[in-house]
Amino acid sequence: MSKSIIKINNLSKCYRIGAKETGYKTFREAIIDGISAPFRNLKRLQRLTKFNNNRNDVRSNDIIWALKDISFNVDEGEVLGIIGKNGAGKSTLLKILSHITEPTGGIIEINGRVSSLLEVGTGFHPELTGRENIFLNGAILGMRKKEIEQKFDEIVNFAEIEKFLDTPVKRYSSGMYVRLAFAVAAHLEPEILLIDEVLAVGDIAFQKKCLGKMEDVAKGGRTVLFVSHNMGAIRSLCNNAIWLNDGQILKKGTTDEVVGNYEESQIRRFEDSSYVVERNPEDVKNKSFYFSRVEMLNERGEHTNIFRYNKKLILIVDFAGYLVGDHFSPEFRIYNELGQLVTTGASGAFHGKYFNNKVTRVRIEIGPLIVTSGKYRISLSVIVGSLRTDTWENAIGLHIIECQPFLRAYEMPTIIEGVCVLKHSFSAVE
Amino acid sequence: MIIKPKKGWQLIDFKELSEYRDLFYFLVARDIKVRYKQTVLGGLWAIIQPFFSMIVFTLFFGRLAKMPSDGIPYPVFNFSAMVAWTYFANAVTNSGNSLITNTNLISKVYFPRLIAPLTPVLAGLLDFSIAFIVLIIMMFYFHISPNIMILYLPLLVILMMLTASGVGMLLAALNAKYRDIRYTIPFLVQLWLFASPIVYPASMLPEKYRLAYALNPMVGIIEGFRSALLGTIAFPKQILLISTLMSVILFISGMFYFKQTERYFADII
Repeated sequence: MSKSIIKINNLSKCYRIGAKETGYKTFREAIIDGISAPFRNLKRLQRLTKFNNNRNDVRSNDIIWALKDISFNVDEGEVLGIIGKNGAGKSTLLKILSHITEPTGGIIEINGRVSSLLEVGTGFHPELTGRENIFLNGAILGMRKKEIEQKFDEIVNFAEIEKFLDTPVKRYSSGMYVRLAFAVAAHLEPEILLIDEVLAVGDIAFQKKCLGKMEDVAKGGRTVLFVSHNMGAIRSLCNNAIWLNDGQILKKGTTDEVVGNYEESQIRRFEDSSYVVERNPEDVKNKSFYFSRVEMLNERGEHTNIFRYNKKLILIVDFAGYLVGDHFSPEFRIYNELGQLVTTGASGAFHGKYFNNKVTRVRIEIGPLIVTSGKYRISLSVIVGSLRTDTWENAIGLHIIECQPFLRAYEMPTIIEGVCVLKHSFSAVE
Repeated sequence: MIIKPKKGWQLIDFKELSEYRDLFYFLVARDIKVRYKQTVLGGLWAIIQPFFSMIVFTLFFGRLAKMPSDGIPYPVFNFSAMVAWTYFANAVTNSGNSLITNTNLISKVYFPRLIAPLTPVLAGLLDFSIAFIVLIIMMFYFHISPNIMILYLPLLVILMMLTASGVGMLLAALNAKYRDIRYTIPFLVQLWLFASPIVYPASMLPEKYRLAYALNPMVGIIEGFRSALLGTIAFPKQILLISTLMSVILFISGMFYFKQTERYFADII
């Protein structure tokens, strides 16, 4: 049986956030306020580091508990993923474990040397050369000079920066900078390694290399606590996971279990009633023929606005008003989070398909959705004759999740990896 | 290792400090290497600062105000003080701002926080040595030779470092919470310059105030320098004793205040 290397007992941490400032009403108030400001500031700054241990202190409305009575143990050799939405307390937990900040309550027992990687390239100095920064950064991460000397060549190789070793890092490309920074960190050899979301850097090839390195670390019997929003990475690296929510543990268990639950909750969070949208009557006041309602379904005919990569999406649109011509043609445009037009569709112009005045409901099937993960919005418009009688901007929104067409551990988001993912293959030419 | 909320007085963990000596070394090296990067004059800046101040002071105080200088040429009288003073002023300024300039380190990695304010105190020694060489050249030029009391020189340098780090640690810790300190430091340094015997000799003060004057540790240090190197006055043992006591008190209280407050640096910086 493996023994616990980290024991966490009733760990709590609170921060004091600045209380809301009150606005002035009169000139006189503003003047008086200006005069009394130094006293108030002094009081506020002094309070910053004073906490009443009484948790039910009603006056302390500017205190937030980043962690509340967390208890768990980590076994030797365990690779534990920590997940949860922003502000759940993940980073605070790592900061306390790595000794950067002190807990407000509770006790932690750690039996081993801890190294933490809360950020890649901490302490890099732009004016220093690559070589100098390797030593400086290594020392900052807790390596001894001798250790760094031993691993120096390995680090340089991993980062692929041999040629630029004696160039100040401010002349490096951002890619080189990140590679060097990660390379130093990757060669840490502590008994316990704490990692916070550091894989979200560099290009895909390098990310994959980092993941590979991480896997080596994880399988090398070291204890790792790994915070990430990348569920793919968590799945492939960790045996167990903890789901933090509002400073408390919501679930602890095997990775598949916890991540599965977490993802479902994420989907439910996106999913509100917004898969059926009624038109605001104000929008259509002066319009003759217009959209009155839209709903969104998946291939199985279920209402949703969450779609996985490569699935189809179905829109049911209702029309209202009076059709002046004989027939109409609906159109749609899909925009991504950056406001770029991703694609467009039109029944008349593209397919020669027109609907007559007996039709008030049209089904639009779109897909497979080969777009990268992120938020999208659909705008609708309708053409009657040659006239666009109605445009419904941002009629409905959707989320694409799990755009992982190739690498199991890597999700391709819009912001970094482009608009869509096309099928492709590579082969050697003899 | 146990992590829990700390209560009461924090003592200095020397074992831990020694474990982090490599980091300390690299941070000092960083400070030294980076200081004059991308400058035309480079290391010459270490000389220019005290040297030009000396020229200005010589013109205004030496020539115009006819300030006494204990019987030796005013330029070398003033420069001998400027060498120590420039070191002290820079060390206090950089040390007092050290937590702010290293914010990203403080909030992202753990290391004994004391290293931050102590780094500039050590790194400044290089500039001090460069300026000191210029002082020696000046002494040759004015045909002044040091006396036996030069054996006290290492002690004076240590006192200078103790004082600078004591004040530096105190200011750094306060600065983490009250950013007013950042704007106070230049002001404080300027006032302190005139409260120390730099443009004038300590002998200008009436005898009865001289011991009280020595409560400013820079008084003993600077007068000690002058006496040992230039033979201005008899070695000021009494003054130096008080100054030594004061600088030790400053150092210990600075360090203790820093240790008591360091637990929340990462949270509020």
